[in-house]
Amino acid sequence: MESSPVSSSSPPSSVFSFDLPSAPHSSDHDQQPSLRTVTHLEQLRVEEKVAEIYRILNDASPHTKTIMMELWRDNHILFLSRGLNQLGPNFRILDASRPWLCYWIIHSMSLLGESLDIEVENSIIEFLSHCEDKQGGYGGGPGQMPHLATTYAAVNTLITLGSDAALSSVNRDSLHKFLLRMKDSSGAFRMHHAGEIDVRACYTAISVASILNIMDSELVVGLGDYIIRCQTYEGGIAGEPGSEAHGGYTFCGLATMVLIDEVDRLHLPSLIDWVVFRQGVECGFQGRTNKLVDGCYSFWQGGSLSLIQTLLPIAEKQTQSPLTSIEHQTLEGNSDGSTSQVQNPENEDMGTEKGDDIGFRFIRMGTRVAAPLFHSVALQQYVLLCSQVLEGGFKDKPGAHRDYYHTCYCLSGLCVSQYSFSKTPNSPPPSRAMLGPYSNLLEPIHPLYNVLLDKFYRAHEFFFGMKKRGTI
Amino acid sequence: MLSGEDEWVPFSRRPEWSDVKPVPQDDGPNPVVPISYSDEFRETMDYFRSIYLSGERSFRALSLCSEAIELNPSNYTIWHFRRIVLEALDADLHAEKEYVNNIALRNSKNYQIWHHKRWLAEKLGPEAAEEELAFTEKIFAVDAKNYHAWSHRQSVLQALGGWQKELDYCDKLLREDVFNNSAWNQRYFVITKSPFLGGLQEMRESETRYAVEAILSNPENESPWRYLRGLYKDDPNLLICNNQVSEVCLKILKRKQNIVLALSLLLDLLCHGFQPISEIRSAVEALRISESEPSTSSLANTICGILGLVDPMRSNYWAWRRSHLPSEVC
Repeated sequence: MESSPVSSSSPPSSVFSFDLPSAPHSSDHDQQPSLRTVTHLEQLRVEEKVAEIYRILNDASPHTKTIMMELWRDNHILFLSRGLNQLGPNFRILDASRPWLCYWIIHSMSLLGESLDIEVENSIIEFLSHCEDKQGGYGGGPGQMPHLATTYAAVNTLITLGSDAALSSVNRDSLHKFLLRMKDSSGAFRMHHAGEIDVRACYTAISVASILNIMDSELVVGLGDYIIRCQTYEGGIAGEPGSEAHGGYTFCGLATMVLIDEVDRLHLPSLIDWVVFRQGVECGFQGRTNKLVDGCYSFWQGGSLSLIQTLLPIAEKQTQSPLTSIEHQTLEGNSDGSTSQVQNPENEDMGTEKGDDIGFRFIRMGTRVAAPLFHSVALQQYVLLCSQVLEGGFKDKPGAHRDYYHTCYCLSGLCVSQYSFSKTPNSPPPSRAMLGPYSNLLEPIHPLYNVLLDKFYRAHEFFFGMKKRGTI
Repeated sequence: MLSGEDEWVPFSRRPEWSDVKPVPQDDGPNPVVPISYSDEFRETMDYFRSIYLSGERSFRALSLCSEAIELNPSNYTIWHFRRIVLEALDADLHAEKEYVNNIALRNSKNYQIWHHKRWLAEKLGPEAAEEELAFTEKIFAVDAKNYHAWSHRQSVLQALGGWQKELDYCDKLLREDVFNNSAWNQRYFVITKSPFLGGLQEMRESETRYAVEAILSNPENESPWRYLRGLYKDDPNLLICNNQVSEVCLKILKRKQNIVLALSLLLDLLCHGFQPISEIRSAVEALRISESEPSTSSLANTICGILGLVDPMRSNYWAWRRSHLPSEVC
């Protein structure tokens, strides 16, 4: 047996007792000089480091094992609150991403169940209002141009705060106008005025439009066509047509298609196949074929597979009739009524637009089979043992440094794997779904937006109730 | 003035900036995620804000943008303003190219720089194609999978041309590192989009040979397997009819090593209606690990069972595949 860059046939171990991925050792590879490529050597280096960690785990006493698999909540919270209060001069390279810093920190804290003082909450609301542009949208810092990615970060931060003051601080009218200004004739979105067009821009635009209830047909037109052009021959989704399938863009593209109710236009069986193959012998996910594992893909790939659990009926229908074109299946239920049914009766007379209230219905649909298509316990092992920094925070891989981005997405990935055996997103997982003590359990999220589920409900009540009262 | 490694001179002490009133950043009374800016960073940005707000389109504005970008190359507002100034001044775009290339070499994973390069290349037109392609090659020499650089290369090819040697370039990269999936992706891009190769239909047969050869030398390399499937993505009937495809699966299965990707492709072939020859059946039979598997189960079923055991990371996936096989292959 060998350890290969990706889908080694060598088992990492038996399925639910994760001792070791197969330790890299000399194999017939070594007789083939052609294999000593950059990709191969870098992969071996990472596998060795990861294998060493799992070897220590395997040899540890039961007590030490438990400690090793523990989530060091207090240290993470300390690391996060320090960043909220002060960042060093080296953070100047993130000076155009300050709403992102807010989101990474606040969302991570919320996953850990940590609530904020009212003064801190007010400071965040006030700071973000300084980043808001008069013409709509949020910039990377005060006085900067509005940008879709930082708009997404700001809106998700405010939703995570969840108070009336936070939610009502968003100027939805001007934000809607900003989104329309960013819409390109291709159907996709630009990141900022005259900025780059890609799938990230599409997702961040549609995510905020959906959660704030400012979605309309003008925002949606042509968007599905663009995303479909980004699904590559590998099955995953690229940043723009022609580029390479990539975990981050796959999540963004898939979530966008769900939010505009056109997900059946993607070829889901090949998308699923590509994503599940991104989980490697290290137990974590890589972002692209033959690239190195990285903790942040625990969410980008794991989150995609969490969405897939709800979308399985559509994927299965595509599997059953691979050679024929598939009739349009929407999340509201399709020809055989196999998916959902949940339509809030109160919403029916609201004159539903395409994609209206999908975030809400998606959650109510739940999953038919309460088992993930990926190895969610193995993923938890990677996040807790290879990405977790005991002094607080998370990192890409062993040998890397912690940062707020990886802390946010490692925790988000840990969260989706913990709930991957739950039929509804907020039902407490069975203990077999969890690695480490049950106290590791994080708060559940809404996987389409990556905000806490109960904060989503709160925002839904706020913004959709508002529409009913006709205040938009 | 600022010159090379000399000590930084504050704007407030530069005579040519004496008419400009710096605009401090308005973080509000209780900012969160505050950054301890250095004096240099703070003052440069204060002066930038001033000319950004006044909309001054001048050469000093351009050089101020350069200083500010040097301190934070991912500030998209500065880059955007820089383009406005360049256009207003009708500035030398070749000099701009030198400038941005220099920064890109030091910050090769930055959206703003590559967006600027794309804007610039489109302004310079087809004459820029060759140099732009050469520049990305410089990046690939250090990081052969740089996502931004590949996107840039594709946009240059599509907007400005330069396709003639692209397939050779992909081949060169794959000879250096056959696991480089970005090079495989680029190869797919070339054979489907190049105006000189006749498109996928023309290339399918020879590309199948290319992928098969790569698979036979490294069957654990996922890239050529996905590439091979991709060649037939809109025409599964052609996939199941091409003997090269089922033969490569058979050859790998007979070696009994690195079988996951071969079994996985064979499973897809069966799902598309492929009728296996008996040699394939027996090769799969020979791989059966569990005696508990009833020998009466279909080939597709057996394959899912084997995959569930030899590929435990994906055992749930293979179980799902097994429970949703098209009725003809159950």
